[in-house]
Amino acid sequence: MDEAALTTRLLELSRQRFAGAPAELSPDDDLFQSLGIDSVQALELLSELERTFGVELPDYELAEVRSFAELARKLHERL
Amino acid sequence: MNAPEVANQGPLRLERRADGLLEAVLCAPPLNEIGTELLMALEDLAETLRRDDGVRGLLLCSTLAGGFSAGADLRALSAAIEARGHEAVAGEVRAFLERVRDCFCALEASPKPVVGAVHGVVFGGGFELALCCDLIVAERSARFAFPELRLGLVPGFGGTVRLRRAAGGALLRELLLSGSSLSAERARAVGLVNQVVGEGRARAVARRALEQLLRLDPHALAAAKRLSKPACRAELDEELELFCSLFARPEVARALAEFARRKDPLPYLPRPRGP
Repeated sequence: MDEAALTTRLLELSRQRFAGAPAELSPDDDLFQSLGIDSVQALELLSELERTFGVELPDYELAEVRSFAELARKLHERL
Repeated sequence: MNAPEVANQGPLRLERRADGLLEAVLCAPPLNEIGTELLMALEDLAETLRRDDGVRGLLLCSTLAGGFSAGADLRALSAAIEARGHEAVAGEVRAFLERVRDCFCALEASPKPVVGAVHGVVFGGGFELALCCDLIVAERSARFAFPELRLGLVPGFGGTVRLRRAAGGALLRELLLSGSSLSAERARAVGLVNQVVGEGRARAVARRALEQLLRLDPHALAAAKRLSKPACRAELDEELELFCSLFARPEVARALAEFARRKDPLPYLPRPRGP
């Protein structure tokens, strides 16, 4: 999966997983702000990412992420 | 199956089944933080397990949506420091840790089988409690972590000793030093968790696992537990001493105060950035 496809899949997954997510999300949106998630939900997101993409991302890497595109880049590095 | 007999014990609800299975359900919002009240309930539970011949096995689980337990009640600890001063509370913390050590050792060393059913947050002292179980069934949502270093501390409920025994030094170092959380699947892969199941299924699957254990010869089961389980007391004492020496530092009081100020459910995790 290339980085663009991964970003698309990530946006889909975020919309499905989090009730607070807006209908339209774009790659440059701030991940935590747009999803409105707290640290417990961030853990849920980590588990979801691991299951969906088969990669493990340390909590501190997720915490530094600014946008969906940046998260996709971090995931892509590990594929 | 007959309906279980339910005893309401504040933060720990006990459901006693006709077959001798006792289900201890953690139900202390927000996330089963282990403070004085929950510790007392766990001590009573360990005593019931020891004395009550009608109880043949124990299942530990939580009904809270967030998970099994977020660990020690750090907000209460911070409030105690503010009210009574750091030095006075340091003495109380040592006494508290000694009680936790004795209680967790009693649960772990019981000749009766103990199975944990966990989901969501299994952090710090909650992770340490889960490590006392003979078997752990985890839902896919479960995440295990030792975030203590972010507060300038190390685990103090025996977790370093039990995790090293269960999964080895490499995993212990990874979790301790990174503070990062481990998924249920990875925990299964490294042997920490015995079964991974879907959302809402852990308790039922753990119950079936415990029912299987209850069919075994209890003397042979007790012998097997003696061979495989109890943690080394000297190592537990060393961990406790290290915790107490770290706790006495002013940096820890400051970190706990900062922790208590934040509204996030798990403030010691790397913070999702605010606006």
